Amino acid sequence: MKKKPSLTRRDALKAGAVALGGLLLPSCSTPLPPTYGKILRMSDNLTYVAQRTLLPGQALAKEYSYSDISSFPALGTVDPGDSSKEYYSEEYEKLRKGGFADWKIKIEGSVANPGYYSLADLQLFPKQSHITRHTCEEGWTAIAQWTGVSLGTVLQSVGILPSARYVNYYSYDGWADSIDLMDAFHPQTILAYGMNGKNLPIQHGAPVRMRVETQIGYKSMKFLNKIVVTDEFSEFGDPNWSWFTGI
Amino acid sequence: MEKPKHKAWVKGSHWFVTLSFFILLVTGFEMTMVHPRFYWGEVGNDLTPALFEVPVSINYKHGGWDQITPFSDEPNSPVTGVRTFDIFNQNSWGRSLHFLGAWILVLVGLLYLILGILTKHFSKHLLPKKKELSSEAIKQEFKQHINLKIPPATFGPSYSLFQKSAYLLVIFFLFPVMILTGFTMSPGITAAYPFLLKMFFGAQSARTIHFLASFTLVLFLLVHLVMITKSGFKNQLKGMTTGK
Repeated sequence: MKKKPSLTRRDALKAGAVALGGLLLPSCSTPLPPTYGKILRMSDNLTYVAQRTLLPGQALAKEYSYSDISSFPALGTVDPGDSSKEYYSEEYEKLRKGGFADWKIKIEGSVANPGYYSLADLQLFPKQSHITRHTCEEGWTAIAQWTGVSLGTVLQSVGILPSARYVNYYSYDGWADSIDLMDAFHPQTILAYGMNGKNLPIQHGAPVRMRVETQIGYKSMKFLNKIVVTDEFSEFGDPNWSWFTGI
Repeated sequence: MEKPKHKAWVKGSHWFVTLSFFILLVTGFEMTMVHPRFYWGEVGNDLTPALFEVPVSINYKHGGWDQITPFSDEPNSPVTGVRTFDIFNQNSWGRSLHFLGAWILVLVGLLYLILGILTKHFSKHLLPKKKELSSEAIKQEFKQHINLKIPPATFGPSYSLFQKSAYLLVIFFLFPVMILTGFTMSPGITAAYPFLLKMFFGAQSARTIHFLASFTLVLFLLVHLVMITKSGFKNQLKGMTTGK
């Protein structure tokens, strides 16, 4: 069910722009992810600041042609509805059996209109497709076509507030991660519901996964079920893995 | 005329680069263990053919792919498959430590380049002089090297032609190639500078060149150590630390 917007589109765009500006302008007042005094985390933050300072933030990742699409391994969780696995989600199994007709993503936090979006709701937004290279931290790469809706558009339609700084996202198999607004509003960052011209396959994160084309593959989380916009950085799970993986 | 001693900034950068090289080598090896397959072009993964495979770690030719499904009905369609094998993967700290090492290398390297130009270290000590380039002189030095007759340590930058060439190759070719191919594996940097992908024939080619160049650097290190031993290990170590 989609909530009726209480903000006009223009208000939402303005709020989004103000939020982005807040990230860009007073960079000193933007707190960095915590390092807990860990030297590796400090070096990761140095990489983050350097990349944000030296690189044009909204540059597009290279797009390929249809004939470049390659074989694509699926790993990690390949089906949260598999009851034999520790990451099993009963809710996901039910949704999968119903062809994801009842699937809804919750969007909440620092937004004017928190609410639930079904697959059909998301598909009302302008459809966007690109063929890009997935870079896995393990060392391999693969090229696929991704179809979905711009995350920035969705965030603007829920009225992201000027205080917002991070977009947290959660999955059915128990993962959580976040990106800053620069990546959230990157033109190629999408909530993807299609892969290579078909519905997103189960093993690649059906029904909807994140695609962040300017970072390493694990930021493109599969099996999304919730998005929370926050003003502060949230610490998730295993801090041994670098939060920012633009390199 | 007394031969010049190593300058403090040369010694400092030498040891900082040594430290970063050691960090990069260990973590680079760890990353090779996680995915010991190398490819050419933009794409390469367990479901595509490899250019070569390095027999390290349990991930070497592990197999363990299930549910191979084509993406389309066309013949030769690319496929997807599910991994059923728990691979070795310590990239969580491996990647971060690699980039910490890379930061040391890049920052110290930049400082070294600036000082090397300003103090004329490169033109005075690393660029071969004309008389060194005569075929007679080259023949002479070749003979010396073949017989492993290495002159004793001078405690400073009085280098022979082969020594200069090796250093120039490492400083102005191998390290820049390492850094640029490293950048080419980054989705963020290649979005901003897509020419890198053209320059190195794709993200996976860059990874393969990165690996081969690191191999060449290790060969350099071995030769470097042999030469230092041959010319007096203790004296060379003194020359690169306390001076005398």
